Amino acid sequence: MAVGQLLTGRAGAGASAAQLEYAAVRHPGPLTRIALVGNPNSGKSSLFNQLTGLNQKVGNFPGVTVDRKTGLSQLTPQHRAEIIDLPGTYSLYPKSLDEKVITDLFYDKTSPHYPDFVVVTVDASNLRRNLLLFTQLADLGLPTVLALNMMDVAEQHGVHIDVAALQQELGVPVIPMNARKGIGVAALKIVMAQMLDAPTVQFYEPEAELLPMIRQIRYYFNLHNDYLALHYAHQYRHIRQLSADDRAYIQELVQQYGFEPTARQAQETISRYARINDILLNCVSVTRTERNEPYSNRLDRVLTHKVWGYLIFFGVLFLMFQAVFAWASWPMELIDQGVAWINGLIQTNFSGPLINLLTEGVLAGLGGVLIFIPQIALLFAFIAVLEETGYMARVTFMMDRIMRRFGLNGKSIVPLISGVACAVPAIMSARTIENRKDRLITIFVTPLMSCSARIPVYTVLIGLVVPDVPVLGVFNLRGVALMGLYLLGFFAAILSAWAMKLLLKTQERSYFIMEFPVYRWPRWKNVALTIVEKVKTFVLQAGKVILAISILLWVLASYGPGTDMERAEAQARTEAARRRLTPEQTDAHVASEKLESSYAGRFGHFIEPAIRPLGFDWKIGISLLTSFAAREVFVGTMSTIYSVGQDADELTVQQKLAAEKDDNGQPFFTPVRAFSLLVFYVFAMQCMSTLAATYRETKGWKWPILQLVYMTGLAYVSSLLVYQLLK
Amino acid sequence: MSSRSPLAPSAAAPRSVKDLQLGESGTICCLKDPEMALKLLEMGCIPGTRVRLNSRAPLGCPITLVVGDTADYTLSLRVSEAATILLK
Repeated sequence: MAVGQLLTGRAGAGASAAQLEYAAVRHPGPLTRIALVGNPNSGKSSLFNQLTGLNQKVGNFPGVTVDRKTGLSQLTPQHRAEIIDLPGTYSLYPKSLDEKVITDLFYDKTSPHYPDFVVVTVDASNLRRNLLLFTQLADLGLPTVLALNMMDVAEQHGVHIDVAALQQELGVPVIPMNARKGIGVAALKIVMAQMLDAPTVQFYEPEAELLPMIRQIRYYFNLHNDYLALHYAHQYRHIRQLSADDRAYIQELVQQYGFEPTARQAQETISRYARINDILLNCVSVTRTERNEPYSNRLDRVLTHKVWGYLIFFGVLFLMFQAVFAWASWPMELIDQGVAWINGLIQTNFSGPLINLLTEGVLAGLGGVLIFIPQIALLFAFIAVLEETGYMARVTFMMDRIMRRFGLNGKSIVPLISGVACAVPAIMSARTIENRKDRLITIFVTPLMSCSARIPVYTVLIGLVVPDVPVLGVFNLRGVALMGLYLLGFFAAILSAWAMKLLLKTQERSYFIMEFPVYRWPRWKNVALTIVEKVKTFVLQAGKVILAISILLWVLASYGPGTDMERAEAQARTEAARRRLTPEQTDAHVASEKLESSYAGRFGHFIEPAIRPLGFDWKIGISLLTSFAAREVFVGTMSTIYSVGQDADELTVQQKLAAEKDDNGQPFFTPVRAFSLLVFYVFAMQCMSTLAATYRETKGWKWPILQLVYMTGLAYVSSLLVYQLLK
Repeated sequence: MSSRSPLAPSAAAPRSVKDLQLGESGTICCLKDPEMALKLLEMGCIPGTRVRLNSRAPLGCPITLVVGDTADYTLSLRVSEAATILLK
């Protein structure tokens, strides 16, 4: 086919996006399924974003716990395609769960997800290694297009590629492009809109002594080519669509022919590289100058330096915290006020239990979800930029040695740091860790890092019992106490990781063999799409769970057994009238009395025996229950129970707590009680959003439940020890 | 069987990538650890390829290698992984 004249096309040269959108409505056309594969750092995400823009969605691959990104692309006015984005990989022999998705897709020709053809993105500046995956895919007999990406980088490195010759050698269309700038995307789309034939060139022929076995597998399973049959021999244990009998059949053959998978796979790789070397000799020339050393290496001398490296890293961290704590606070406030405004609007115009459910349950729960959006967006903007520039690889490189001692991985540093802002985006960012065990441990321990929602609790209780005195002249004792709580959380996370490292068994080996990406400017479109994707995922997935729990909690706090609530209200009103309270004080008093006789209040009384050894009473019990959904509810609940009035700020809660007396007339909140409660809040898993995130990231209930039990247990025992040993 | 040669070390080549000095180059002779070899081969560490020790992490591990005669790309790996790459 004539591709030559298309090679210089630019994105946007054809119809405008609006025209295409319009055409799509009028002519839906055939929908081709196209799989996008390539090495990590080959520009695959850029190309995917160029092709699909905002038409992306994230789902699960059938049967496995890996994300599946798909998007629609308008190839020509008449032709749309579904693009499946696959995890970056170096070969068709999967090393991780992520990569197994790729072989699952390509092994089963009868699957409804089987692609019509494949677009392989390769980094033109590192063609040799990138072509390995291409040759494997071509040998599977799939119609393939080669997207020869980063032509500009190749030119800079003195690598000149004769595209026509390469196309001749590879036997498939080759489209030179620069996906970051959108150059070549239009040409690629036109090629993608055509019917392609299977590749004509075979790059690796299995050794003759393997052929008898391959033929037997091929005929038994009715496979369309030898190379696929060879893959069956290699991977039969992991091929999803095979039955136990099928597997036994292949296993028998493998034993009968003395097939050695590891040696054969090594041999295949070497033979492919030999073939690729031959091809490149004919199509690529390199003008090598000694000054060719990439600027990346020079930048690395500073950025991974013993001293500067860590200093710069801490600088970046500081900037990130600043952003998440300071810059995120005003849009968060805006969202908070917005939800409150809508709430007020509904409450002033309507009334009734359904409206209460809507405002106090649904909207309050929704507000609790939406308020995290600015933090999530900012955090992921930072992380996306650090990833896109290639800096993140350097951070993991510097931290790997330290983190490995504790059963973590260099890449765990990102979630742990993000956890100080909010565990929800932090857990989501653990996705960059390929090793499953390392990733699970990271997700498991991240919520122990003290997040921003703990700050109100810390502030109130520290202010209550820690005197405001200087330490060593410069520090403040309260500041020291606050830092101590953060450190307590950090050490708990590290030690828990270490304990889990000993407990968790895995067959998967931990590698740190990774390519160091070249430093690049971030693609802002990629960053923006990452933010949109993460926020959308969070709102939709975590939101559902939080909403359900909020409604449940609202019911528990609003209803009591029989007519208890009405009686309590009447009693409270009489008492308020007798004590001549202001209307506001009356409302607060009524609210507190009602809460006590609600199911939630009953529950507080019910669990009192269990929490008394920690120094807590039933009032704290209610707060523990309500703040189970989210820690920041604690201060609000305390203010309701201690009838401070609804507009009370944290200071007045503090005064009220200070005035609280125990049975002997002594102050109830002794330093020991306060510390016991503080330690409880450092460790306890009181965050539905986090559990929802863990559920989403591990795709099951096992890990969130383990997390809940472990952290609550840790909180209980530590709290018990603090109270019993120090009282 | 001759097909196993890339995986089996020859007795005369005990030096590995781990022993390189900063900036020093070497040519890969073979890969000692069969399972790791598969990963390293796919990443382009084929016997006969030149590698140069480019840098060490501040704590000595991991390290980075520049792989290929034309400095194709930079590979980061742990010292224990580098020790499985033997040099000619």
